[in-house]
Amino acid sequence: MKLEIRGLTKRFGSFTANDGIDLTIEPGEIHCLLGENGAGKSTLMNMLYGLLEPTEGEILVDGQPVRFGSPSDAIAAGIGMVHQHFMLVPVFTVAENVMLGREQTSAGVLNRRAAADRVRELSDQHGLKVDPDRLVEDLPVGVQQRVEILKALANDAKVLILDEPTAVLTPQEIDELMRIMRELKAQGTSIIFITHKLREVKAVGDRISVIRRGKVVGTASPDAAEAELAEMMVGRSVNLRVSKDHTESGAPVLAVENMTVIDPRGHQVVKDVSLEARAGEVLGIAGVQGNGQTELIKALMGLVKLDAGRVLLDGKDISNQGPKESLAAGIGYVPEDRSHDGYVGGFSVRENLVLDLYRAREFSRNGALNLAAIARNAEQRIDEFDIRTESAETPVSSLSGGNQQKVVVAREFSRPLKVLIASQPTRGVDVGSIEFIHKRIIEERDRGTAVVIVSTELDEIYALSDRIAVMYDGRVVGVVTPDIPREEIGLLMAGASVGEGGAA
Amino acid sequence: MSEQKAAPPAAEPVPEQPSVKSPVSWLPTVVDTVVAIALALVVGAVLIIFSTEEVIDSLGYFFSYPWDFFREAGTAVWEAYAALVDGAVGSGTSWRRTIERAAPLICAGLGVSLAFRAGLFNIGAQGQMLVGALAGSYVGFHYEMPAGLHLVLALVAAVVAGGLWGAIAGVLKARTGAHEVIVTIMLNHIAGFVVLYFLAKETFQRPNSDNLLTPVVHDSAAFPTVGGLHLGVILAIVAAALVWWLLERSTLGFEMRAVGANPQAARTAGMSVAKVYVSAMAIAGMLAGLAVVMNVLGRQDAVTDQIAGSVGFEAITVALLGRATPLGTVLAGLLFGALSSGGLGMQSGPGVPPEMAQVLQALIVLFVAAPALIRGLVRMRNRETTGAVEAKGWGG
Repeated sequence: MKLEIRGLTKRFGSFTANDGIDLTIEPGEIHCLLGENGAGKSTLMNMLYGLLEPTEGEILVDGQPVRFGSPSDAIAAGIGMVHQHFMLVPVFTVAENVMLGREQTSAGVLNRRAAADRVRELSDQHGLKVDPDRLVEDLPVGVQQRVEILKALANDAKVLILDEPTAVLTPQEIDELMRIMRELKAQGTSIIFITHKLREVKAVGDRISVIRRGKVVGTASPDAAEAELAEMMVGRSVNLRVSKDHTESGAPVLAVENMTVIDPRGHQVVKDVSLEARAGEVLGIAGVQGNGQTELIKALMGLVKLDAGRVLLDGKDISNQGPKESLAAGIGYVPEDRSHDGYVGGFSVRENLVLDLYRAREFSRNGALNLAAIARNAEQRIDEFDIRTESAETPVSSLSGGNQQKVVVAREFSRPLKVLIASQPTRGVDVGSIEFIHKRIIEERDRGTAVVIVSTELDEIYALSDRIAVMYDGRVVGVVTPDIPREEIGLLMAGASVGEGGAA
Repeated sequence: MSEQKAAPPAAEPVPEQPSVKSPVSWLPTVVDTVVAIALALVVGAVLIIFSTEEVIDSLGYFFSYPWDFFREAGTAVWEAYAALVDGAVGSGTSWRRTIERAAPLICAGLGVSLAFRAGLFNIGAQGQMLVGALAGSYVGFHYEMPAGLHLVLALVAAVVAGGLWGAIAGVLKARTGAHEVIVTIMLNHIAGFVVLYFLAKETFQRPNSDNLLTPVVHDSAAFPTVGGLHLGVILAIVAAALVWWLLERSTLGFEMRAVGANPQAARTAGMSVAKVYVSAMAIAGMLAGLAVVMNVLGRQDAVTDQIAGSVGFEAITVALLGRATPLGTVLAGLLFGALSSGGLGMQSGPGVPPEMAQVLQALIVLFVAAPALIRGLVRMRNRETTGAVEAKGWGG
C-alpha cells in the first residue's frame, strides 16, 4: 500500500501545527519521521490515524484520496498505530487483547481458541514470539509493545505507525524491535517510525524525513552523518557531545545506606540500596523505567518514607524529613515528571521560578510576597536560561516542553547547592535545550556540587556521568565507569548478574 | 503496564491527579457568565409571558389580533423587569435592602471562593454560619459591656467559632483524606442540631417565648446604623480586600493557589498541603462567621436554626459565578442581593409570581453550570477548549 500526504495543514486557532506537509510512504519501507518535541510529528500522525481532521490538504491511499473521520476509518484503510502509551487491558490475555473489538463468537460465546490461533499464526509469521495465553500484565514492556503491533496486524494493517516506540525499552529490547521492524518490512508492511533518536534512525530507516516547526525541512538517507541530521532537526548546528574535563571528585556529600522503600501496594520497590555521591562528580543512575529509580529519588527528597536505611547529607541523617527541609539543606531537585511535580501549569513563569524559593527572605517577609524581587528574579532567570516565553506572566503550561523544563532547571540552579538531583532532566526536551541543560549540569558539577542524574536514556548517562549505577528490580546491580561498552550496561539493565564493580 | 509509577505512601494524603483537573479549571469564563445572565433574562421573559393572565387571554384571539399578544407580552415582561429593577435599586429602601442582602452572600461567598482556590469544594458555609451565629449572639445578648468593645468581642466570637467549625473539615481532609464535600455537608447537619441543642437551653432561650429562638443582642453589641443601613456591610468589602491580598500577595495565598492548582508540585516544592487545607478551611469558616454577623449584629435578628437561611448554599453559587475571585464574588453577591431584593419588588408589583426572582437565580446558575450548553446555544466557536484538548497532540 502506498500512502501519500499532500499539502497537509493543521491549524489550531492562529497556531499552525502542520504546514503544507508532503510525504510519500512507499510499500515496504521504513520511513523515519525525525523531529524535536513540538515539531508537529504527533499532529501529523493523529491526522493520518483519523484522530484530527486536517485543515487543508489530502491523504491518498494507493492514489485514491481518502478522508478519515475516526480511527476506525483509518484502520479500515489499512493503517495501524502503536501509541507511546499502550492501550491494553492488563488483566486480559494477549489473545483477548488482540481480539478486543472484533470478537468472534459462536452462539454468543467467545471463541477464544480461534483468537489464540490467530495470534499464534500472526506471531509466527512475523517473528514476534508472543504467547497468546499469557496475561498482559505479566509481560515485560517490550513484549507488551509487540502485542500492540499484533493488534494492528490483526486488523490487516499495511502501514504501521510507531510513535516513539523505543522510549520505554532496554537496549536489548530496542535491538529486538528493530529486528521485528525489518521482518515486517520484508513481508511488505510499511512502517512510519517516529523518533528523535538519531542512532535508531540510522540503524533501521530506509528514508528519513525531518520535521521542524510543522514543516518538512528535508529528507535524508540513513547514511547521513548524525551531526547533519541534528542540524536539520534543530535548524542550527548542535554540539552533540557534552564537553567536560575530568575532575577529581571530592568527599562524599550524599550517602544512601541500605535504603528500602515499600510502595502502598506492599511491594518492595527499592531493595537495600547503598550509594554515595561525591562533591564534583556526576553519578548517573541508569535503568529501564520502573526499576525503582523513581522511588529511590522520592525517598531521597523525603517525598516517600523509607522503610529501612537512611540518607545522609554531609554526614547528617536527613531520612524522612520532608521536601521542605531537604530543599533548605541545599538539595536541588528536578523531578522526573515536570508537569506533575515540577511546576504549577496555571502559574506564571514568574511564580514558578520561585515555587520553592518564596520562603527565602529575598522573596517574602512576614508572610507577604515581595513581588518586585520575584519579578526581578524572573527577568534574570529568563535571560540567563534563555527561556522562550512571551512574558514573565505567561502561564508555564503554554510554553514548549523544553522551555517548561528550563523553568524548573533555572529555579533549581538559582541558589547555592550541595547536591543536585535531576530525574530525566531532558525528557521531552528539544535538542537545543538538551545541549543547554547538559552544559549547566556539568557547570554545576565543576562548581563542586554532587550531582545525581537519573535517566533511562543511555546516551545521556554516558554523556554526563563520572560513575554509573545501574538499577534493576529495585536493586543497584552494579556501579561502573562510563568507559565500559553499552552492551555490558544493557545486560545489567536487563538484570544480568553483576559484571564488575560492586556497591559503592 | 508501563504505568508502574507507584503513588508515594504520602505523609500527607494528596488527592489523585492527573485524571482529575484542578477544580479551578471548571470555572466559567467572564463571557460564560455574561451570556448566562443574558440567557436567564431571555428564558425568564418567556416564563413571565406565559404566566401572565392578560397574555394568555390574548392568545385566545391570537389569529384575529396577533398584535395584542405581542403587546401584552411586551408589557408583561417590561413591567416585571421594571418592578425587579425598581425593587432592587429603585429607591433608598430598595438599595439598602439589596446591600443588606448582598453583604452576607459576599462574605460567605468569599469563604467558598478562597477554599476553592486552595482546591477545596466547601459546601459547609451553612454550618459555619450557624455555629458563628450561636457564638456571636451569645456574647451579644448574655454579657453587658461598653458599646464598642461589646461589638468587637461578639464579632470575634462569631468569626472564631465559624473558623473553628470550618477547620474541622480541613483537619479531617489533611489527616485522613476524607473528602471535604462529604465532611462539610455532614457538618452542616451537625451544626443544625448543635444550634437546636443550645436553643433548648435556658441560657439561650428568649424569656417569655415558646419558640426556639434567642434574645436579640444588646444594642451595645450591634452595628451602628446610618440611614437605615447597618455599618456591618462595610466589613464585606473589607473582607474582600483582605482575601484579595491574602490570595495574591501573601505567601500563604501563594501556597493555597499552588496546592489548589497542583498539589503534587506544591508538595514537591516543600509546601505543606495539610497546612494549606486546614488554614483555607479555617479562613473560609471565619468568613462564613462574618456573613452571619451581618444578621445577628447588623439587623439584630434573633438566632434560630433558620438564621442562615439559604445564604450558605447561595454562597457557593455566588463564588462560582464570581469565578472564585474576590472582585467577582463581590459583583456576583451584589447581583444575587439585587435579585433577592428585586423579587420583593416584583411581589408587590404586577401579576407576576414573586418566585420569578428565584427562578431567574436558578436559571443563571443553570446556564453558568452548563457552559457547553451556552456555547451550543449561541454558537460560539470555543477556541480555548478545543485548543486545550488538542494541545496534547502538538508534542512531536
